[in-house]
Amino acid sequence: MKWMLKNWLTKENLTATVLLLVLMFGVQTLYSAELISPFVMLNLIIIAINIILAVSLNLVVGFTGQFSIGHAGFMALGAYASAIMTLNFNAPFIVSLLVGAVVAGIGGILIGIPTLRLKGDYLAIATLGLAEIIRGVITNIDYLGGAYGLMGITQRTNWLWAFGSMVVTVIVIKNFVQSSHGRACISVRENEIAAEAMGINTTRYKVLAFTMGSFFAGIGGALLAHYITFIEPNAFNFLKSFDILVMVVLGGQGSITGSVVAAIVLTLISTFLQSLAELRLIIYAIILILVMLFRPQGLLGTHELSFKLFQRKRGVSHGSHSADA
Amino acid sequence: MTEFIQQLINGISVGSIYALIALGYTMVYGIIKLINFAHGDVYMLGAFAGLYATAVLKMSFVPAMLVSMVACAILGIVIERLAYRPLRNAPKIVILITAIGVSLLLEYTTMYFLGPQPRAFPEVFKQVSYPLFGGKVTVSNRELLIIVVTVILMVLLQYIVHNTKIGKAMRAVSYDMQAARLMGINVDTTISITFAIGSALAAAAGVLVGIYYNKVWPLMGIMFGLKAFVSAVLGGIGIIPGAMTGGLILGITESLVSGYGSSLYRDPVAFVILIIILLVKPSGLFGKNVREKV
Amino acid sequence: MHKSYFTVVAVVLLSFLLLFTSACGNQSSSSKTIKIGANLELSGNVATLGQSGYNGIMLAVEEINKAGGVLGKQLEIVKYDNKSDNTEAASVATRLITQDKVVAIIGSMTSGNTLSYVNIAETNKVPVISPSATNPDVTVDPKTGKVREYIFRTCFIDPFQGTAMAKFVLDELKLKKAVVLKDNTAPYSVGLAKFFVEAFKNNGGEILADENYTSQDQDFRSVLTKIKGLNPEFIYVPGYYEQVGQIVKQARELGINVPMGGGDGWDSPKLVEIAGAAPLNNTFITNHYSSLMPDPKVQDFVKKYKEKYGSEPDAMAAVGYDTVLVLVDAIKRAGEATPEKIKDALKTTKDVEGVTAKISLDENHNAVKGLVILEYKDGKQTYKAYVNP
Repeated sequence: MKWMLKNWLTKENLTATVLLLVLMFGVQTLYSAELISPFVMLNLIIIAINIILAVSLNLVVGFTGQFSIGHAGFMALGAYASAIMTLNFNAPFIVSLLVGAVVAGIGGILIGIPTLRLKGDYLAIATLGLAEIIRGVITNIDYLGGAYGLMGITQRTNWLWAFGSMVVTVIVIKNFVQSSHGRACISVRENEIAAEAMGINTTRYKVLAFTMGSFFAGIGGALLAHYITFIEPNAFNFLKSFDILVMVVLGGQGSITGSVVAAIVLTLISTFLQSLAELRLIIYAIILILVMLFRPQGLLGTHELSFKLFQRKRGVSHGSHSADA
Repeated sequence: MTEFIQQLINGISVGSIYALIALGYTMVYGIIKLINFAHGDVYMLGAFAGLYATAVLKMSFVPAMLVSMVACAILGIVIERLAYRPLRNAPKIVILITAIGVSLLLEYTTMYFLGPQPRAFPEVFKQVSYPLFGGKVTVSNRELLIIVVTVILMVLLQYIVHNTKIGKAMRAVSYDMQAARLMGINVDTTISITFAIGSALAAAAGVLVGIYYNKVWPLMGIMFGLKAFVSAVLGGIGIIPGAMTGGLILGITESLVSGYGSSLYRDPVAFVILIIILLVKPSGLFGKNVREKV
Repeated sequence: MHKSYFTVVAVVLLSFLLLFTSACGNQSSSSKTIKIGANLELSGNVATLGQSGYNGIMLAVEEINKAGGVLGKQLEIVKYDNKSDNTEAASVATRLITQDKVVAIIGSMTSGNTLSYVNIAETNKVPVISPSATNPDVTVDPKTGKVREYIFRTCFIDPFQGTAMAKFVLDELKLKKAVVLKDNTAPYSVGLAKFFVEAFKNNGGEILADENYTSQDQDFRSVLTKIKGLNPEFIYVPGYYEQVGQIVKQARELGINVPMGGGDGWDSPKLVEIAGAAPLNNTFITNHYSSLMPDPKVQDFVKKYKEKYGSEPDAMAAVGYDTVLVLVDAIKRAGEATPEKIKDALKTTKDVEGVTAKISLDENHNAVKGLVILEYKDGKQTYKAYVNP
């Protein structure tokens, strides 16, 4: 036990924790003091939610190499499940959030097991189709508000919740990826047949990654529902999945920091171009094509940014970045 | 009974459109194993080209359709050359993402310049309904047109694929690209021609749809494209008769579900069929199971 | 590796910088103008409703500004396109309230879009007036039965519209068997259908079937074939013009020649374009007004509108115009242009001389008005009847 604590109490982790706490409570205080406008806060929260979505999708697409383009379907599951908990059962926020996440996770298992035997293109189309079926089913259920959705969801998401959830998501996924489980997933991405031959239960890891990805997508969806206070099936269509996919691709499939950075950048671009929605999508599409043609590994490839970079200047490069692609 | 026949007629006309678009998907997949996400948008641009030809250039139906087909054939070649050829040896995910990118680019650029509003097709020829069975069933001349044009184009395609040299080249490349290259076949040209033919067929479908529903708009390619893709997979992707059969089956099923069940389930039908096929027989109705070799 | 590290950090910092500066820029509340938000459907499924509404709004605003404005200040309309999409409408409302700091919002033209932000407006205490959202739930919360404090409308509500059509079909057209074909993705359509059905049945009519379609559909032949087999005498299609046009056209093509009808969602110049003039013969709608009404106020409005825009004003333009008049009347009575005072003044709106009627708002914040019944002949609306509230 003691060695675990010692392992955790590195200078690096402590600095990181302090910085995060400062960011978390600092921003909240500034907001309460009206130094940050509601508009800026709106953007910060959306950024945090997008980071959760991008990082969770990256786990599936980037680290495990499973081409899932229906992430919005899991967001929808999380959003609706949590909304129902809040609206109909008056559940406390943490309960609604967790229920949303669990429902999305279960969706991940149910969808993952049959479809993950498909590969590449087929898997992509299957996930797309399933996300559409989820949307279609929700549209036809009156209890879930049908086509015009649910409104009047109490606004429970604030900066503390959004930022906190984001930190938890990133830490959990980062630790997963750096563990032996994570390496198993990466091996599935690199060469599934070889991994299978080496004794790794590829199906188990694919479903695991998929489920984790959907779990966190559910959290993202739940946070969004409790912020905008209004959800409808149309908000979780292919374009939403596409938005998240672009963040993952741009940031670098296989780089958590890449997803974080890309989520921030793309959310901000999106805000600027809000009045010119078509232009935004044209720009996204062009970014996507150019990145694929000239730098398919994205901004950061499979590298991660870490504090070790600061130590480079001292001469000997200790850098233990994640494996190069 | 007459209601059933009417639903069948409805289904066959819609199914023919799916079949025409599905042919493009299936040919391209057969030859370079790529799901061309942008194909549905080529169909959309074909419809717009037809609109331009009839409304602005005041052409009649047949010249307008030919113009549209040629324009889209060129577009197909350009897309292949710029976006797909450089990535021919890249990992699957990369090409797929690029295809999605091209699709969205086409859609939103069109929307940016032409506005998202649907536009009406000018009346290229008067719509006439032919009552059958004492008025209980009606067939319109437009539905007949769709079916006739589709059949003509498919017969033409079969002829090209099986009775011409270029068709032989296409079949060879889809069977084994390396071997074909070694045998002296210009693989690049063959692929370009495949794209051209597929796009031309999609354009024809676009013009027909424009006339049938009297409506074209930038996002019309999404649903139709997806359903055509499902048709191609249903019949067996890469197999031409499969695309035709798949299209008809999907069209008829949709029509029956919509008429006898609820029209709300019309779109999900396509996705449900897709999932079932992918889980039960991914190679499609006419397909053969190919084991992945290490 | 340092290179990409620095570029990445630089990019992120730059983005944040831009975000903060853009946010600061918009705080300048010009005390020289009264800022009114317009949350309208300018593109998308029901684009002509928003576009006409906007034209009507701007005609009124320009007239008023030319005459000196309100309380000595000019009116400024901050408009955003909600793309006929609910989520977008909610986000536009948030933007108008938090970023542009408007004192009131005019919008939206459809019940569905307006409903998506009534809670946001209530929470932020900013009044919303819709020119044409007719579903009763917009001003009265169906869960609690209480009136929404900050939400108003300058048009009638669907119970009135649906009942009027039902009575017209039974009494004037003397038809007893009807089928309903509604858009179940739009609260407007579902609500209007419900009220029609209730009134029709209560007055001796028979509803043979209640069918659905979605706003994404193009091909209605399957459901129309089913309806044809039931042999109805009248088909009620309380939807929006985009789909209605296709439905009427396809119905006639299938040999369905019985009278058809609908509500104000039909009213768009595009309807004739999509359906064609001949198929629209023998169809009837309930609407807010007709440019053919002999009332001098209406004719004056038609003349002004034609001068400015070169086309006939449809009902949406007229209600848009009237909404501005109602809002301005409230601001004048309130004595100051703040959301709270405007809201209080709106509650007591009485006898505002609008184009569509003399407008008073009742205790449910709805306008007490009559409606017109129009018939399509050769692609044009002809005046059939007027129904008192």
